[in-house]
Amino acid sequence: MQNRELVIIGGGPAGLSAAVEARRLGIKDVLVIDRESEPGGILKQCIHPGFGLHIFKEELTGPEYAERFVREAKNLGVEIMLDTMAIELTADKRIIAVNSQEGLIEIQAKAVILAMGCRERTRGAINIPGFRPAGVFTAGTAQRFVNIEGYMPGREIVILGSGDIGLIMARRLTLEGAKVRCVVEIMPYSNGLTRNIVQCLEDYDIPLLLKHTVVNIHGRKRVEGVTIAEVDDNMKPIMETAKFIPCDTLLLSVGLIPENELSRMAEIQIDEVTGGPVVNQRMETSVPGIFACGNVLHVHDLVDFVTREAILAARGAASYLADSDKKYDYVPVVAGDGLRYVLPHRINIEAMPEKRQTFFMRSVKPMAKARLSIESEKGVIKSRVMRYVKPSEMLSIPIDRDEMKGIKILKFNLQEEGDSVERGE
Amino acid sequence: MSAVNEEKSVTCIVCPRGCRIKVSIKGGEIIRISGNLCKRGADYARSEVTQPMRVLTTTVRLEDGHLLPVKTARPIPKELLFEAVRELSGVRVKGPIEIGQVVYSNVAGTGVDVVATRSWN
Amino acid sequence: MLDVVIIGGGVVGCMIARELSRYQLKAVLLEKEDDVASGTSKANSAIIHAGYDAKPGTLKAKLNVRGNPLFDIICGELDVPFKRIGSLVVALNEEEVRALEELLERGKSNGVPGLEIISRERLREMEPNVNREALAALYAPTAGIICPYELTIALAENACQNGVEIKLNSPVLGVRVENGGVLSVRTPGETLYTRYIINAAGLFADEISRLAGAEDYRITPRKGEYLIFDRRFGGIVSRVIFPTPTKISKGILVCPTVDGNFFIGPNSNDVGEKDDVAVTQQGIEEIIKGARKLVPDLPLKHVISSFAGLRAVSDTDDFVIRASKKVKGFINVGGIQSPGLSSAPAIAEMVLEILKEEGLELREKNNFNPKRPPIFKFRHLSNEEKRELIRKKPAYGRIICRCETVTEGEIIDAIRRPVGARSLDAVKRRTRAGMGRCQGGFCSPRIVEILARELGISPLEVTKCGSGSEILKGRTKEFIETGGVINAK
Repeated sequence: MQNRELVIIGGGPAGLSAAVEARRLGIKDVLVIDRESEPGGILKQCIHPGFGLHIFKEELTGPEYAERFVREAKNLGVEIMLDTMAIELTADKRIIAVNSQEGLIEIQAKAVILAMGCRERTRGAINIPGFRPAGVFTAGTAQRFVNIEGYMPGREIVILGSGDIGLIMARRLTLEGAKVRCVVEIMPYSNGLTRNIVQCLEDYDIPLLLKHTVVNIHGRKRVEGVTIAEVDDNMKPIMETAKFIPCDTLLLSVGLIPENELSRMAEIQIDEVTGGPVVNQRMETSVPGIFACGNVLHVHDLVDFVTREAILAARGAASYLADSDKKYDYVPVVAGDGLRYVLPHRINIEAMPEKRQTFFMRSVKPMAKARLSIESEKGVIKSRVMRYVKPSEMLSIPIDRDEMKGIKILKFNLQEEGDSVERGE
Repeated sequence: MSAVNEEKSVTCIVCPRGCRIKVSIKGGEIIRISGNLCKRGADYARSEVTQPMRVLTTTVRLEDGHLLPVKTARPIPKELLFEAVRELSGVRVKGPIEIGQVVYSNVAGTGVDVVATRSWN
Repeated sequence: MLDVVIIGGGVVGCMIARELSRYQLKAVLLEKEDDVASGTSKANSAIIHAGYDAKPGTLKAKLNVRGNPLFDIICGELDVPFKRIGSLVVALNEEEVRALEELLERGKSNGVPGLEIISRERLREMEPNVNREALAALYAPTAGIICPYELTIALAENACQNGVEIKLNSPVLGVRVENGGVLSVRTPGETLYTRYIINAAGLFADEISRLAGAEDYRITPRKGEYLIFDRRFGGIVSRVIFPTPTKISKGILVCPTVDGNFFIGPNSNDVGEKDDVAVTQQGIEEIIKGARKLVPDLPLKHVISSFAGLRAVSDTDDFVIRASKKVKGFINVGGIQSPGLSSAPAIAEMVLEILKEEGLELREKNNFNPKRPPIFKFRHLSNEEKRELIRKKPAYGRIICRCETVTEGEIIDAIRRPVGARSLDAVKRRTRAGMGRCQGGFCSPRIVEILARELGISPLEVTKCGSGSEILKGRTKEFIETGGVINAK
């Protein structure tokens, strides 16, 4: 049994950012466990630009963003255990991990940060009818084949789902010589960033078919085509609109799910909406001393926010390690109208790591103009107008400690407001 | 107002609103930009219509068969993206590589270098 | 000259192959696909039925009741998971309660042990998630669940170890008959001369029989569709939950799997083609509706996969297991629909009896080994065992499939064992890698790499399920010359 001060499970952007911050805060013994042979997580295969604009004020590719943190971690003496999979975690912070060199490793940690990331939703999860031939890939798997292994998953491609990975892959595969026939999105709006729609689809004349879905997969051995159809307002396919599109590959970009198997083993409370742990102001889960950050907590659209969240988690872990016995009372944070969720789920105002707390949230639908109002049991304490809100783009708002003094509940509401602004130049 | 020769439509990416901006062109000159809500949108639309530029990210083969992710050090004209990829398809790079190291110069005659986006030992 | 050629590597063909491997004779099994268990045996309800369902006096009734108790021995010898969890037929109204009485009587006359009708209170206690409107249930404690492809693979491996040759990718193209008796079987690669042919070709048994000029019968494919759920919800039922059966089908059930998941299905629809394993939207809706009658609260958000299987339904309404009267040495084992899996051990016994009657001498080998080499399933080992295993073979320390905790060592084993895996699906069936909630998203690139390395082929040649199902289409930048026009606007 090894005794460690802080163990971080996962060496992607969340884990590495947390490790770096933990060392900076003076935690001496920081161990990162990662299942791959190189740290960096999914960033290694995200070779496109768009990372780091908030943290570094410059535009980096995924590998560049990762390398900055890997270097910093190594410089600061973070120990990274590679090719190692954590297979068990208990509520008293015992970890079992395996690798081929050391075999089965048992670790007793004083504090743990969960940074396992997420996985992709699959065909099964969305129940696409048809055969089960070769040629159906999740976008991330295809990305790995193309960017890491150097293989093409297909020549003629249909992409279901307009999440960012799907859009990025549409461009990537096109530039590698494949023909992307279309991107099919069941919602009336895209789930990707506008910038990706422009630079990944419009640049290459790839049609984006909104309110459409794949209703059948053809081909016994290899995909020979898909049938797509328009959907009605209840997202039911309108079969009269069905049409066959020949292709040899179907890529799925239909959402990400936080990977919380270990969290469940440790009996950590999970929020069914985010799919990740319930956390407090310092990203601490329902189990004291176990923290979470990044996509294991909730799915992010920007890596920069993952890093910020990881810093909070590391600060949380540092303060826990300094005083692990302290008990707190919490004020519940509630997602009201117009919001899918708000993070953190609960806060203790005294124990906030900084004098202001940033809250992260997602809207339930796109709104051109909306009012975000935050109320306590006494009434509205803060409100702000937000423009061009989309479910795919995370919202955030900082609230000062002083604004929250003495409250018993914090409820966030997002109300759509009429938009009168429409003008040209 | 004189007749318009051509009208191009640009989706603005400056902010999340994503204005559909119309750019009217006559005799090769931009005569009207509409549909944008701010000045930055107009600037963006102007550059998209005159000379759209993109950073290219792709991979090149290392001699050991692995892939090295690379990017153009600066944006290059959009219409040269495929030519650039075609040029890079034959490139073989020998390690070790430092992040930022130039692995190919003057891609597609743009005067722009292609640099490694990760280190490789 | 061979003694026996078995056509078909499903559970029946492999069970017969293993039984024959006990004796001193030369036998070959031919399978048209790249792996055994590639047809009906890989996609069915995976239940070892108690035997109350079939009409008394039929082969189905007799062989099911005889086959059921044999599974403990076979699965013990072959290290195949088998759980005798019992089954419940649920009655939702008075009419169905009366039907239960009939089933009970039928079961008794078929010789099924331990059957009883239980009250709604007891049902509720046993299965708290079953519909609270249920009035009673028929409890059959001897019913069990198994993994049908794991069983089939284990049988093939063990038969192979004991001297039966298993030839994959070997569809039968012709059967030659001379002087009214079997002479040879032709595959794309060779002609095999043999004294006996056993036709266990599943959905295609009618075609093989016709090819040999033996008895004419017709096999119709009848599709059953299934939805399988995340293991996290595996505890929703503890036993096989049936509705009260109708004349044509046992109905849509809710059933645990040996791997800790649970499934709903199957429906039952005749289809035109013998390879129509497409899942349909109507089918999915039908099984959800059906399963909700038994368990109203299904975690539909946590479906991890859907699949369809085809039952081989014969027009004789019973199994067709007999020596041909037209072609000597040709034995039909056709129409093996439900309860075919449950009956398989007894079918093999019966086929051996027929072979004896037809003049094949069966002399026991003294070196028959009923056990196959041990299989290491990393996830089932204790920490001590895991430690020991990794120390001996470091490949067991590299986890490839995180959802099901499958190691590289297990994947290499699956490839190197007798009748080894040659494709992604074959690896999946042997190790469960790719069967979890991420459905291979994480592990498939890694398994492609391992398969290529172990088989000495290019990753471009690795398939999902045999030739024509290659996973990858080329190397990056290979297609560039033909593609690529930038939006000119």
